[in-house]
Amino acid sequence: MTRYLVKRILYMLVTLFVIASLTFFLMKLIPGTPFASANKLSPAQMAIMKAKYGLDEPVAVQYVKYLGNLVQGDLGIAFQFGNTPVSDLLANRIGPSIHLGLQAMIIGSIIGMILGVFAALRQNTWVDYSSTFLAVIGKAIPNFVFAGLLQFFVAVKLGWFPVLFWKGPEYTVLPTIALMMFPVAIAARFMRTEMIEILGSDYITLAKAKGASYFDIAFKHALRNALIPLVTVLGPLTASMMTGSLVVERIFAIPGIGEQFVKSISVNDYNVIMGTNLFFAALFVVIILIVDILYGVIDPRIRLAGGKK
Amino acid sequence: MEKILEVKDLNISFHTFAGEVKAIRGVDFDLYKGETLAIVGESGSGKSVTTKSIMRLLPPGNSEIKGGQMLFNGKDLAKLSDKQMQKIRGKDISMIFQDPMTSLNPTIKIGKQIMEPIVRHQNMSKSAAKERAIELLRLVGIPQPEKRFEQYPHQFSGGMRQRVVIAIALACNPKVLIADEPTTALDVTIQAQILELMKDLQKKIDTSIIFITHDLGVVANVADRVAVMYGGKIVEIGTVDEIFYNPQHPYTWGLISSMPSLDAKDEELYAIPGTPPNLLHPPKGDAFAPRNQYAMQIDLEEQPPMFKVSDTHYAATWLLHPDAPKVEPPEAVKRRMRQFPAGKEVK
Amino acid sequence: MASNLEKLPKEKFAPAILDSSKSEEINKPSLSFWQDAWMRVRKNKAAVVSLVVMVLLIIMAFLGPLISGREYDTQNVAHANLPPKIPGLENVSWLPFDGEKKLPNGNVINPYEQKKVDEYYWFGTDPLGRDLFTRLWKGTQVSLYIAFLAAIIDMIIGVAYGAISGYYGGRLDNVMQRITEVLIGIPTLVVVILMILVLEPGILSITIAMSITGWVGMSRVVRAQTLKLREQEFVLASKTLGNSDGRIIFKHLLPNLAGVIIINTMFTIPNAIFFEAFLSFIGLGLQAPNASLGTLIDEGYKVLRLHPHEMIIPAIVISVIMVAFNMLADGLRDALDPKMRD
Repeated sequence: MTRYLVKRILYMLVTLFVIASLTFFLMKLIPGTPFASANKLSPAQMAIMKAKYGLDEPVAVQYVKYLGNLVQGDLGIAFQFGNTPVSDLLANRIGPSIHLGLQAMIIGSIIGMILGVFAALRQNTWVDYSSTFLAVIGKAIPNFVFAGLLQFFVAVKLGWFPVLFWKGPEYTVLPTIALMMFPVAIAARFMRTEMIEILGSDYITLAKAKGASYFDIAFKHALRNALIPLVTVLGPLTASMMTGSLVVERIFAIPGIGEQFVKSISVNDYNVIMGTNLFFAALFVVIILIVDILYGVIDPRIRLAGGKK
Repeated sequence: MEKILEVKDLNISFHTFAGEVKAIRGVDFDLYKGETLAIVGESGSGKSVTTKSIMRLLPPGNSEIKGGQMLFNGKDLAKLSDKQMQKIRGKDISMIFQDPMTSLNPTIKIGKQIMEPIVRHQNMSKSAAKERAIELLRLVGIPQPEKRFEQYPHQFSGGMRQRVVIAIALACNPKVLIADEPTTALDVTIQAQILELMKDLQKKIDTSIIFITHDLGVVANVADRVAVMYGGKIVEIGTVDEIFYNPQHPYTWGLISSMPSLDAKDEELYAIPGTPPNLLHPPKGDAFAPRNQYAMQIDLEEQPPMFKVSDTHYAATWLLHPDAPKVEPPEAVKRRMRQFPAGKEVK
Repeated sequence: MASNLEKLPKEKFAPAILDSSKSEEINKPSLSFWQDAWMRVRKNKAAVVSLVVMVLLIIMAFLGPLISGREYDTQNVAHANLPPKIPGLENVSWLPFDGEKKLPNGNVINPYEQKKVDEYYWFGTDPLGRDLFTRLWKGTQVSLYIAFLAAIIDMIIGVAYGAISGYYGGRLDNVMQRITEVLIGIPTLVVVILMILVLEPGILSITIAMSITGWVGMSRVVRAQTLKLREQEFVLASKTLGNSDGRIIFKHLLPNLAGVIIINTMFTIPNAIFFEAFLSFIGLGLQAPNASLGTLIDEGYKVLRLHPHEMIIPAIVISVIMVAFNMLADGLRDALDPKMRD
């Protein structure tokens, strides 16, 4: 297990290093970035950049400085806001993003799981069909379409919830619904297939042969085994929360990282774009690692087998 | 002897996309107290379906008991509700499955899996159930049961897992134990151990066993009586000696001839020609007729009834009809018949 | 039992005439893998409907801009923000194609009469007076191009990488797998954004960005399947007969991988379509005056409260495309491999 952990963490570091280096060298290629001629910067900002990255020095030195800054969590400055460091900007804006992302992911997964389990237990009935239909819709309809229409019909037309901003629990309802469609769909599909397969397995037949009740079979024997592999979809779900946050935060004017990111794209604030991009990459890589470790912890089949996976 | 289970004219169908598959077509047999009845036959002959239907474990969506009775303690199992059936499963009738690698829940500790039927059916306290479970583990020959109790299935070998499955099946001292090819997935050496264990435990708790297998060697080892199934029917039933030394049905002849034996070194191993019948469209007459070198006109037209050979021995073949011509069984069968202790003659 | 048995006529006990060839006869028609799969797909109504819808959409994507008779980028500010109006359907009261518009305050106006427009804009116009019908189908073309591209990348790079890695194994496999392990840790979003910043936003940079990341998933699935197949006896048999690696890969492995490849491609396609639309929506995709469904929705969203049709129509089209691809993918998966779990 320890060997496996060390190996996984090593991979994580390599991945991060590759992303960071790729970012640096690609940025060198772009005209108008802080690493090149930087024509958008004020003289004062330019001076900070020069001090930080040594823009007059050879590329290799710049590269080392850049990596050194990264390790210290320094992502440069956001020039659209004077000299605010990007890391401060992210820190200020991460609250609503995490709140929204976690809320959507948790509520969405739970609803999806319930739908999937009941679809499997009532296979080929209307419960199953409507759950499957919802899963297809949730997976297929793009989140920006869904969020936009939700805002228009439920908030603007019906006036049930606030249209914009992030000022209290009622403001979180529509963004959460918009963002949780994907987790609902993924969890529902996953649980359904998983449960159907498990319900047909030999050990469920044996549980029936023991005289176990319907309830015990569904919830004690099958559900636990179906939940374990569900951990593996946490990775794709995190990725979808990231892309989703960009559009949902933009549409509902939520002061989160995603909204800032889209804004920065429109004003070409490369430091913020790069910084956020690196932050997303790091977050994703760390979550994938946690998922892998978690999977090993909760599944006794691979707990002792260690790095066999 | 006391009858513990009577299966009468059981008919089971599966509903598939292609149509109705008549998997079981009128199966009759009795199970006596303390005996071991082996059911033999090739894949698809209906052995497993018969026993799964006794446990009512057939998939509810596409299988249907079309008729017949399964009397256990005077109750017809076919008519019980799911709730009533849950009280019988694991308590009065329990089952051992073919593949021990997949029949234990991978995420639940062994001990808990053994305790489940005990807690459910015997109203024992948790600590008493735990003691009983450890005792069972010891009974089925698992060393260090206290330690093993806390482990997960993946920490057990195949043979050990099958012992655990047997422990689960015997947890409530069932009256009937159904063993569905319990040794097929195991190594030959482990097979023998498991068979010994089952015979041993049968004596201890005086249970009746229905033993499904396609391995005639295993049958000779464990069974008191044998039922031969073909095409969803029992074609011959008798004591183990009657089936092995005085078989009457040409299918049984085929089975016995295809068994390798030590005293017939030079002979080519016999294989029954053809393929099993398609039960989507069962044949009008004897299902075995198309593969039967002794087939007569009537075999193609009418299904043979069970002809009585002795009080314990019945066979469904027109060859036993008084008007039927005398036929010579294959050499391997004739050799066996000469050894038949009672010296009964072939009709 | 005995009584009626006695009465059976003697001749019935004559030996039966059996046609021995009959006993070995296979009485089920033999279907090839593809015939069988096609039969299963046909049974899946959702998949069939999806297929029909997709064919219609493809036809419209190419025919639409032609039949409208207008260019997708011709601006006519005098004709800005017109609602949909279709000849023939304009008199059907419950359809929104009458050229009238309900204002947020409840009044109904007819911009066509106000602006004295005699022409019919079937799906209306955008704030620059461009014909939305033409732009919609131009945008659909972009989505279809992306779908095609994603499929090609998946099938060429992904399959080749996976098959080579899995088939040759050993050190080569080790190196190749280390590379994918690093790549798979990078979210697609991150790479795509990086690439698009370096290159100019547009269809070319989306294409390149997708080529870099799109194939990793496919390569992993193909590698896993190849590893499994490689160990099977028919490959060993082929080797024993002296066949070359190339022949084994093409004659024995690829046909067995076909199901997995098709299923995976079918699931990649809607993802790619979504990604392009998503990028266009946040401003990293196609740039004006080019139209993609993403930019149309983005432009429509900005005027959603006043002119809802400008967003709703492209939103419906992209949703239909996505649902159709997803359902067809599901249908194909069930048909080709009911137990695909890799």
